Amino acid sequence: MAEAHKLQEKSTIRRFLLLGVMVLAVLTLSLFIGRYPAPYWMPPSYLWRDELAQRLVLYLRLPRILTAFIMGMSLGAAGTVLQMIFRNPLVSPGFLGVSQGAAFGAAVGIIYLGRSPLIIEASATLFAFSGLIISYLLARNIRYGKWILRLILAGIATSALFSSGVGVLKYLADPLRELPEIVFWLLGGLWAVTWRDLLYILPVVLIALSVLFLMRWRINLLALRDETAFSLGVAPGRERVLVLVAAVAATAVVVAVAGVVGWIGLIVPHIARWVVGPDARRALPAAMLIGGIFALLCDNLARTLLAGEIPLGILTSLAGSLIFVWVFMSDHRWVRR
Amino acid sequence: MSRPKIISLEGLHFSYTTSGPPVLKDLSLEIPAGAVTAILGPNGSGKTTLLFILLGMLSPQKGEVIIDGKDQKGLPRSVRSRLMGLVPEEEHVPFDFSTLEYVLLGRAPHLGILEQPQEVDYRVAMEALGRAGLSALADRPIPSLSGGERQLAKVARALAQSPRVLLFDEPTAHLDLNNKGRVLDMIRSMANDGVAVVLTTHDPNAATVVADHVVLLRAGQTVATGPVDAVLTSENLSQTYGLPVEVTSVRGRPVVLPW
Repeated sequence: MAEAHKLQEKSTIRRFLLLGVMVLAVLTLSLFIGRYPAPYWMPPSYLWRDELAQRLVLYLRLPRILTAFIMGMSLGAAGTVLQMIFRNPLVSPGFLGVSQGAAFGAAVGIIYLGRSPLIIEASATLFAFSGLIISYLLARNIRYGKWILRLILAGIATSALFSSGVGVLKYLADPLRELPEIVFWLLGGLWAVTWRDLLYILPVVLIALSVLFLMRWRINLLALRDETAFSLGVAPGRERVLVLVAAVAATAVVVAVAGVVGWIGLIVPHIARWVVGPDARRALPAAMLIGGIFALLCDNLARTLLAGEIPLGILTSLAGSLIFVWVFMSDHRWVRR
Repeated sequence: MSRPKIISLEGLHFSYTTSGPPVLKDLSLEIPAGAVTAILGPNGSGKTTLLFILLGMLSPQKGEVIIDGKDQKGLPRSVRSRLMGLVPEEEHVPFDFSTLEYVLLGRAPHLGILEQPQEVDYRVAMEALGRAGLSALADRPIPSLSGGERQLAKVARALAQSPRVLLFDEPTAHLDLNNKGRVLDMIRSMANDGVAVVLTTHDPNAATVVADHVVLLRAGQTVATGPVDAVLTSENLSQTYGLPVEVTSVRGRPVVLPW
């Protein structure tokens, strides 16, 4: 029987090698995809003979590509662990008031704080975290249901609160200058990303994802019911909060830079579990790689397909919902796994 | 009771809300080591609450729980989880873990928070699967197992934990005769290996098959405790369940029949 477990390990290693190759290929090819010098493809030789191409790749494409990849990694990882600790495969990382909080913060930044990108990001981050904190405090004081249900209820209430706030701000915004910017921000996108943005999200994302990665086997235990987890020596409440904070912190900084990019955090964990199984030792790293690939492919389309930028959130929602329907309608999901 | 005790409860008092009625009232009892103790009583008599207090999940408002000579409250999590395991009644797993991955989770008390299971943990988990007769199902996803196989997988996970005290919540509820037999056989063989088993059940006939020692519980108080033959009498059971009950003997084993 130990051989069977070895065999399974071998096929897992093969799948991760394949994912790794795909990551490298997509990262490299993305450098040459764009609308300069002609739509869709730049011959690599431009890199050493065209100065504009060099600057374009170094200052625009490279930071944007890396940010897209890191955004996908963060949302994929956060979605995977949140679905596990909430024991619910329909949870997505922004649901605890984080996405709507960030949207509200960005709208406040655009209307009242002067519209500089740095201020909008800072305000979005601040409100994303306050979304989490309000959800958490509300959940502690709700007198109904168990911990998981209380957090979900609190998240719904907090999200609704912030989204009504966004509605009010949209109503108050100057319809010619501010409103389009808010709407575009809400649709999500990475068109304005620079190296500075990447440096802004990198420390938080690195720490958060490292914590999750190191705890990857432990996270399986947090997917069990409280009494079972407790009997296995886990402190279910405390350890879930630790994982929750790490996942939401990564989500919050990413959303603050990229806007509300939906569906990645919901669909990528499903794809990852489908490819390598639900054990978080494999599903978590797989979700990071798949999330990165998914986000990067969508962002490549967003910046290349039309002469103007297509908001990223539209593409991720479109691709995500189609894959979601496909995953749940195809029966192979139940045959082997 | 001649056997050494591993758990003793002293003057336990518990209620879920401060104003509500108490679930357990001034309860004292002793659990012998290396034997099977059945906590028997009607629905709502406080069996599961008592089990969760033994586990340390719930803290009693009054009284103390002494496990292996130490106060339950003072036990660190790592010590407690190596000493005592739980087989819960229902466990819905929303993801398709393989049976082996599921049983491997029982190794958690022996691993640090950032550690991964090693070769030795896989070996222990495979042995536990073998004892539960599930070796052939190691790679099958848990949700695809039958109810009986899932119950056995939970027992295997507790075996992989290798505790000295094992708590079962309604181990035979919802099982057919064959699976009931397999689960009770495993309980018996663990007790023979020196594990103190505490199980709750509302079915007196499950208790007569496997238990050495019985605690009769009614409305949070003990009606009687002691060896099976002494405790499972018509009077005691009638009082516990609140209806006339007859105890006869079939092939040397007590059988409980409601009138």
